[in-house]
Amino acid sequence: MSMRRLISTTGRILRQIRHDHRTIGMLVAVPVLLLTLIYFMFDGQERIFDGVGLIMLGIFPFVIMFLITSIAMLRERTSGTLERLLTTPMGKLDLLFGYGIAFGLAAAVQAAIASGVAYWLFDLDTFGPRWLVIVIACANAVLGVALGLFCSAFARTEFQAVQFMPVVVVPQFLLCGLFVARGEMAGWLQAISDAMPMTYAVEALEEVGLHEQATATLWRDLGIVAGCIVVALTLAAATLRRRSP
Amino acid sequence: MEATIEVKDLVVERGKRRVLHGMNCTITRGTVTGLLGPSGSGKTTLMRAIVGVQIVKSGTVMVLGQPAGSEPLRHQVGYLTQAPSIYADLTVRENARYFASLYEGVTNKDADQAVNDVGLGDAANQLVNTLSGGQIARANLACALVSRPQVLILDEPTVGQDPVLRDDLWKRFREMAANGTTLVVSSHVMDEAGRCDRLLLIRDGELIADDTPAAIRASAGTDDLEEAFLRLILARTMAEVA
Repeated sequence: MSMRRLISTTGRILRQIRHDHRTIGMLVAVPVLLLTLIYFMFDGQERIFDGVGLIMLGIFPFVIMFLITSIAMLRERTSGTLERLLTTPMGKLDLLFGYGIAFGLAAAVQAAIASGVAYWLFDLDTFGPRWLVIVIACANAVLGVALGLFCSAFARTEFQAVQFMPVVVVPQFLLCGLFVARGEMAGWLQAISDAMPMTYAVEALEEVGLHEQATATLWRDLGIVAGCIVVALTLAAATLRRRSP
Repeated sequence: MEATIEVKDLVVERGKRRVLHGMNCTITRGTVTGLLGPSGSGKTTLMRAIVGVQIVKSGTVMVLGQPAGSEPLRHQVGYLTQAPSIYADLTVRENARYFASLYEGVTNKDADQAVNDVGLGDAANQLVNTLSGGQIARANLACALVSRPQVLILDEPTVGQDPVLRDDLWKRFREMAANGTTLVVSSHVMDEAGRCDRLLLIRDGELIADDTPAAIRASAGTDDLEEAFLRLILARTMAEVA
């Protein structure tokens, strides 16, 4: 690891996003538009929006950053820049952490705007502090980045890469407790749900919704998400090979 | 003469195909070595083996006294791939500065200099995806030159460039060699072969000739390098048949 290479890699990735105005626009607008949709779906049922809207604030960054990262990393692989970087003094972790920090920052901006809209425009109500929502959203975004970095290794084309979204994201979304309470699922479904990181991110958000102070469950959940990030990044590092056949 | 690159009994297989059949060659410091041969002959594979990104079946490749691809060499070996490997959604300057930042002691100023050196000073602020093919190739080259490596492996660096620019680039390569850089350059263009100190002719993964341009001309009995290579290949084929 080198600070200089880590910072310059983070800067390079942010510069790439900066040149892509439509992507910036979509990063900001898409979660807000979807939240608006959900708000009007539950028009007059504030209590439901307080639950669903809150959970969505954590799910959007995960989904969006997973997709963006898997495509970005696939482009590094197919354009030859990855192979080139690995012939330089660049460390594998410099590159992976660079992605994590750059997209994590983008997600922080995204989460701040989306939560701002949810709280001030749509009167989202949580007992817990708002900054914790943003922290959990960012952790979730970085989890999406880490899984995206890992999954991109198994895709040869963009067609394949985007299909990892339904494979990796949708089951977590279905089983996280949003549609069916986890306690009411069949035992084996609950076991799968237990093994999925998004379950804990959603639980953490629910904790913010229900309690004034950060609870022990919340910190444990955040710890689990952080652990999953480390595992996914380690696996991603193992897919970066300096030599190829 | 100090050997910078030593290739011994190098065998490389890609898929089921044997691409290099026990190759041996030595490349000395401060020279420009031309790698010639038809497409598919194994030029790029040999270059990849020297850079250390190619998995080899057997044999050794040593660069500056270290096994190819080892950590210390990553600071000292520059590699230009044939297909441009730079970021299309960054400007030329941003690309050069990024690759510069990966090396200790290489500054933004060096990056800007490298961009000027390949004649892209005026296009420095243009996004790479708005450049012409020749300009992209030069931006790619700038990113390989920026770290001033001791060993430079250049795969078809002058393809698609106009003659004046090609001449400029070759003057720069000669200048770098004079300052002690060791260059290995693959090319299809025979008039470039004449500007090398030494030529390696590869065909079907085997070394057919390894000599100075003058010696190759003399042994084939013609001044035209293209003709000389044809004669060498023909002589070899005849020997195989006989």
